[in-house]
Amino acid sequence: MSIENPRLILSVEDLTVSFDGFKAVDGLNLYIAPNECRVIIGPNGAGKTTVLDLICGRTRATSGSVEFKGMELLKMREDQIVHAGVGRKFQTPSVYEDLTVFENLEISYPRGYSVFGALAFRRTAEVRERIEEVAEVIFLSDHLDQKSAHLSHGQKQWLEIGMLLIQDPQLLMLDEPVAGMSVAERVKTAELLNRIIADRSVIVVEHDMKFVEEIATRVTVLHRGKLLAEGSMAHVQADPDVIEVYLGH
Amino acid sequence: MRDTTLAASPTRGFLTRTELAGAAILAILIFLVLPAILDPFRLNLYGKYLTYAFVAVGLVLCWGAGGILSLGQGVFFGLGGYCMAMFLKLEASTPEATAIQSTPGIPDFMDWNQVTALPWWWEPFHSLTFTLVAVVAVPVAFAFVIGMAMFRRRVGGVYFSIITQAIAAILTILIIGQQGYTGGVNGITDLRTLKGWDIRTDDAKEVLYLVNGVLLFACLGIAQFIRRSKAGRLLIAMRDREDRVRFSGYDVAAFKIFVFCVGAAFAAIGGAMFTLQVGFMSPSFVGIVPSIEMVIFCAVGGRHSILGAVWGALLVNLAKTGFSESFPELWQFGLGGLFIAVVLFFPEGLAGLWNRHVAPLPARLRRRPVPPQVPSPAAAPKKPMPPASPAGTSPAAAPAE
Repeated sequence: MSIENPRLILSVEDLTVSFDGFKAVDGLNLYIAPNECRVIIGPNGAGKTTVLDLICGRTRATSGSVEFKGMELLKMREDQIVHAGVGRKFQTPSVYEDLTVFENLEISYPRGYSVFGALAFRRTAEVRERIEEVAEVIFLSDHLDQKSAHLSHGQKQWLEIGMLLIQDPQLLMLDEPVAGMSVAERVKTAELLNRIIADRSVIVVEHDMKFVEEIATRVTVLHRGKLLAEGSMAHVQADPDVIEVYLGH
Repeated sequence: MRDTTLAASPTRGFLTRTELAGAAILAILIFLVLPAILDPFRLNLYGKYLTYAFVAVGLVLCWGAGGILSLGQGVFFGLGGYCMAMFLKLEASTPEATAIQSTPGIPDFMDWNQVTALPWWWEPFHSLTFTLVAVVAVPVAFAFVIGMAMFRRRVGGVYFSIITQAIAAILTILIIGQQGYTGGVNGITDLRTLKGWDIRTDDAKEVLYLVNGVLLFACLGIAQFIRRSKAGRLLIAMRDREDRVRFSGYDVAAFKIFVFCVGAAFAAIGGAMFTLQVGFMSPSFVGIVPSIEMVIFCAVGGRHSILGAVWGALLVNLAKTGFSESFPELWQFGLGGLFIAVVLFFPEGLAGLWNRHVAPLPARLRRRPVPPQVPSPAAAPKKPMPPASPAGTSPAAAPAE
């Protein structure tokens, strides 16, 4: 594929969004390599979630550019961004409570996106197999026929991760995937994430430092919408600015 | 409070057993029982009620499944009805029949309003084929434009409801104001024949009643097909988590526009059948009050059940006729009270009551005789209990024999 820098899958340049004059993200540059797992950390209100929102089109940027595999995402609609290969998991588990686990996964199966495609969509053996395969990975094989409203908080988080997995994005964005989980669930989730981030690029927003250490290739620290530090976990932890921000908070 | 009991997503087959039984009961009622026991006048009245069922079924898709509450379905009902009425009026306005007018050959109300030539947009309604296409196409096109304007801009929820209501008000005012072209507040009246076939005779009314029933079942079939497809599940998903659907790669607005157009098409067919059976169409079926009444039919029947919607339309209208004959001034309050009661106490409507209390009865009755028959515990395991439907699943899972 002919992109400007084949070693990058995502180039965020000079990204700015201003809400009534308040710059939630201010001139941010962020470069993600293929198969990289980047974790974004920072104090509350640093603009972490907003960065993800800007990349996936949920929030419209004021200026800057977001280039994914040579495509300018800022000009695209949310569903087109998804079709380009960007997947997004929300902070609070977003599953369809009135549908079963199977149906939740089925909706994310990457086929039949148009209205008439959805009307003609058939539950073929291929679809079924793929859903069962993913259900296995997300520990929900025994819950396929259950309404997702009856799942525990952790199971809902896994289900949403499963929905992204079935979509098979090249860039996966996860917003606090282990927030609110029990210790046992957290361990299982780390194992799950380590499996699914293997052959794709991932951006994770997370507060849990132990978890960050386990999965991060590189860490980006945001503060007041700006880049504060970037590098390995050890490098970032030793950075005096970062210590200042976190201790001063 | 979120309702988790709706049986909107059966996993197997086109119809579950209870749905099949429900459809069969309704079909027997509409095609056999009612024509057999009712005199032509009453049958025609029921036919009129059933035209509202088209609207209610459309609302089950839009509102029950998709969460799009339109308070302006009367617009589409009216547009469908007016398209039909225009054809019938032109047929009734032959130069011979209107020889006493100053301009013979145009509808009487035009003549009364000093209109001297048929407006250009009335011309195509000389053709029945064009009319039948227009009955569905005009309202659907209008719904498409409204849908594009609103859903593309992410107008939803209460704002959407209010705007649809405003549209219903505007269209009523427009129709009343343009008396010379629309028949004004009286509507288009004195309709007589359809291609020479007198629609006012008892025989014709019975035929129209049956045609109405067949069309209603066709719409029910289409609605069921949509609900059973992935598009149907997407509508439910959108109602829950619109953003999640969007970030799963779907153009949410396209699905909303689609279902809104389907709802409009159903309403329009109902409107056309109303005109044929009742013999006129007027702005009193277009505005805010009838539009809200249509939502009440749907709510009373159960906004998650297409069969419930038909029952809702039938029963509320039956009650309306009964009450408004005896207490005309109280009916509106009664209807309002009914709506509030349904929303507060039976959010699933009649269908919900049925699913919760009536549908599980056969299974419960079969289970009851077991304990007295088997006093010795040793015999118990040999007699397998009928599989009880586990809590939380659709009551259809219980075998209904």
